[in-house]
Amino acid sequence: MSSVVPDNNKSMKRNGFRFDIKTWGPFIALVALAILGVLINPAFLGADNLSNMLTRSAFIGIIAVGATFVITAGGLDLSVGSMAAFIAGVMIILMNGLVEQFGVGITTVLFGIGASLILGMGAGFINGVVTTKGKIEAFIVTLGTMGIYRSLVTYLADGGTLTLDWNVRDVYRPVYYESLLGIPIPVWVFLLVALVGYVLLNYTRFGRYCFAIGSNEKVAEYSAIHVDRVKTLTYVLQGVCVSLATIIYVPRLGSASAATGVLWELEAIAAVIIGGTVLKGGHGRIWGTVVGAIMLTMIGNILNLTDAISNYLNGTVQGIIIIVAVYLQRASWKKNNV
Amino acid sequence: MMSAPPILLQGHRISRSFGGNQVLFDVDLTLHAGEVHALLGENGAGKSTLVRILSGYLPPSSGEVNVSGEPRRFRSSGEAEADGVVMIHQELALAEQLTVEENIFLGRELRRGLFLDRRAMRARCREALIELETDIDPATRVKDLSTSDQQMVEIAKAVTRDVRVLIMDEPTASLTEREVQILFSLVSRLRKKGVAILYISHKLREIEQIADRVTVLRDGHLIDTGLAEGRSKEDLARLMVGREINEMYPDRSSVASDAPIVLEARNIEVPGAVRSASFTLRRGEVLGFGGVVGAGRTALCEAILGLRQRRSGEVLRNGKSVSFRHLRDAVRYRIAYLTEDRKGKGLVLNMGLRPNLTLLNLRAYCHPLISRQREAHAYAEAAKRFDIRLRTDVSTAGELSGGNQQKLLLAKVMSIDPEIVIINEPTRGIDVGTKQEIYRFIRDLTESGCSVILISSEMSELIGLSHRVAVMCAGVLTGVLEGDEVNEQEIMQYASGIKGVGVNEQRRA
Repeated sequence: MSSVVPDNNKSMKRNGFRFDIKTWGPFIALVALAILGVLINPAFLGADNLSNMLTRSAFIGIIAVGATFVITAGGLDLSVGSMAAFIAGVMIILMNGLVEQFGVGITTVLFGIGASLILGMGAGFINGVVTTKGKIEAFIVTLGTMGIYRSLVTYLADGGTLTLDWNVRDVYRPVYYESLLGIPIPVWVFLLVALVGYVLLNYTRFGRYCFAIGSNEKVAEYSAIHVDRVKTLTYVLQGVCVSLATIIYVPRLGSASAATGVLWELEAIAAVIIGGTVLKGGHGRIWGTVVGAIMLTMIGNILNLTDAISNYLNGTVQGIIIIVAVYLQRASWKKNNV
Repeated sequence: MMSAPPILLQGHRISRSFGGNQVLFDVDLTLHAGEVHALLGENGAGKSTLVRILSGYLPPSSGEVNVSGEPRRFRSSGEAEADGVVMIHQELALAEQLTVEENIFLGRELRRGLFLDRRAMRARCREALIELETDIDPATRVKDLSTSDQQMVEIAKAVTRDVRVLIMDEPTASLTEREVQILFSLVSRLRKKGVAILYISHKLREIEQIADRVTVLRDGHLIDTGLAEGRSKEDLARLMVGREINEMYPDRSSVASDAPIVLEARNIEVPGAVRSASFTLRRGEVLGFGGVVGAGRTALCEAILGLRQRRSGEVLRNGKSVSFRHLRDAVRYRIAYLTEDRKGKGLVLNMGLRPNLTLLNLRAYCHPLISRQREAHAYAEAAKRFDIRLRTDVSTAGELSGGNQQKLLLAKVMSIDPEIVIINEPTRGIDVGTKQEIYRFIRDLTESGCSVILISSEMSELIGLSHRVAVMCAGVLTGVLEGDEVNEQEIMQYASGIKGVGVNEQRRA
């Protein structure tokens, strides 16, 4: 059975629990991967490794939560990686420039963060408006903006690398490296974004409209939904997520270059799809996305811990997992619609 | 005395069933060389099925098709075309991304050796288009053409073949008056060449103009056939409809003569669909909208609701001028719209029943987060009120039967507690029992003070339910019938442009 909106059916209530491979598939795969990891190296589930893994998956994970909305509403955003690089570049230039005025302090960093949020929202808004008002396919629009942001960051860095002022970096550093209650700050942000995303997608009108628009835009229009507005909002939300990811990414290396965030868009889309969201829209799952993002990082991590498969084959293993995940979803989809 | 021209195509005792549903009963049809034969009937009378059988798109369940006296069993439309039987479709069947020329020669390209002979194709294509007096460039892509130009291409495609029998299924539905005249002169030329033409149309005026012979179908039965001469438009309209309105319909509620006007439209014009329409709707009344498909009824209502752009005109709600730019605005003024396309526009088929029910008025179930409990409660109530009965394992709207889908859609539309409900083809594709339930529901609505606009292609439905009937023809609201005027013959005449406002303008155009 295909419960498209998570709660919607009686039989689930009646039986208390019904096993649904589409819902639980990603979780099962995650557990299987974790068991594999432990078998290979008992240190795999150690606190250090776990916290390291979750921190690393936070960037893609946060972006992927935004992507879940865009894809659920029938859109696509290829520009997120370039957008992250561009935002990082502008943040660094701005903060370096503000050192003279505000000194090396929290104010400078807050300005950087503020600029990041504004840029993220603006960039998302542009993607959304051009897609909806211009009636151009999202693939084309975001392919275009992807190229634009990538070249802009290259231009800003003059082909090299933008480096954050060493002293500012000291102030900003904790955002990536510190922990709260034993949990790294990026993981907190990831968790918070996922939680907010979950509520938005499943318990608000906006979320419900995303499902409806992704399933059938005409029906949405005839249900008095402001389709263009909702779609644009998904891109803005995506922009905010990119901005948040960038905010925790910048203190990690303190630099940005043309190579920053390359292929993030594909990893984010992969996480969303592994998590059970349908690429053509109409059905999305936030927790699936979170699991998908963690799985992608976990694969790399496991390959690091073993000599059986070269670490260089990371992409191969990820690729296979993505294809298998989608295959399993399709197979069950078919069975359910007989 | 002249002997009758030779028979080119003949259908003999043709019957056809779909599933358990028989739609044609022993129908005979004979096409003579050099004659235009008009095929008439209401929606669902079986015209399209009959011509699809004659042109090889469908095999008959029983009966036979003869070409020049020899029985044929066409296994495909290609075989029929090889015999010179060509059909022009009601729905255009052109490859949008290809050019006019490529479409006309699609599947039978002229070649020189291995390569396409573009020059020869271009030349023949030009000839055909010149004969149709259009200035369509053979190199244009079909998707860039207007609907009427596409129709002309479809016609050109047919006549460039070696055609002996030409079947035209409502060819003028999307043509302008001038193009219709060009088409007619082409038809006369083909007739002189000895081509047999089978012409399907709702427009009695056209039939009168070009038909030599007519055949009338009703509910799958052959009602009448013979020479067009001596059969008046009025006779034909009566023959097409002919059936009594039975007890399908509940008694109408009464409307006070001083009932206030809740909605008024003045001179609405919608680009490409409605040229001029004005009407009023009173409280507690059912205003029917009659006319053939494509007459502009849906476009008119959607333009009023803010679902389409309109070029000019004014809408008044309770006497005050309003302008709906989005369906949400209309909803705010408590106007609901039940679309005719419940699968494409009405319900999200892969979504559950409850989210579908609440989608139009989701705000009411939020505080501020969506309350699943309220949704469940609303669904339980709607299921009771609209008598939605389910198999136990139904979880998405797509799994419901047509009747249940229609009830769910009705429940969704009613969730905004409207004062005006615009209902478009409410009984298309649903069983008789559900039909009656919907009729009773409409009556109950008006009894409780709601007003209803009912768009329907089923004549008896219009007559059985409406207090007044507005009739449209080719984008013009030709008249609003009241009292005794609300009968099938009158509606037919207004719908085919014989009577009513704008007839003269149309003739002149």
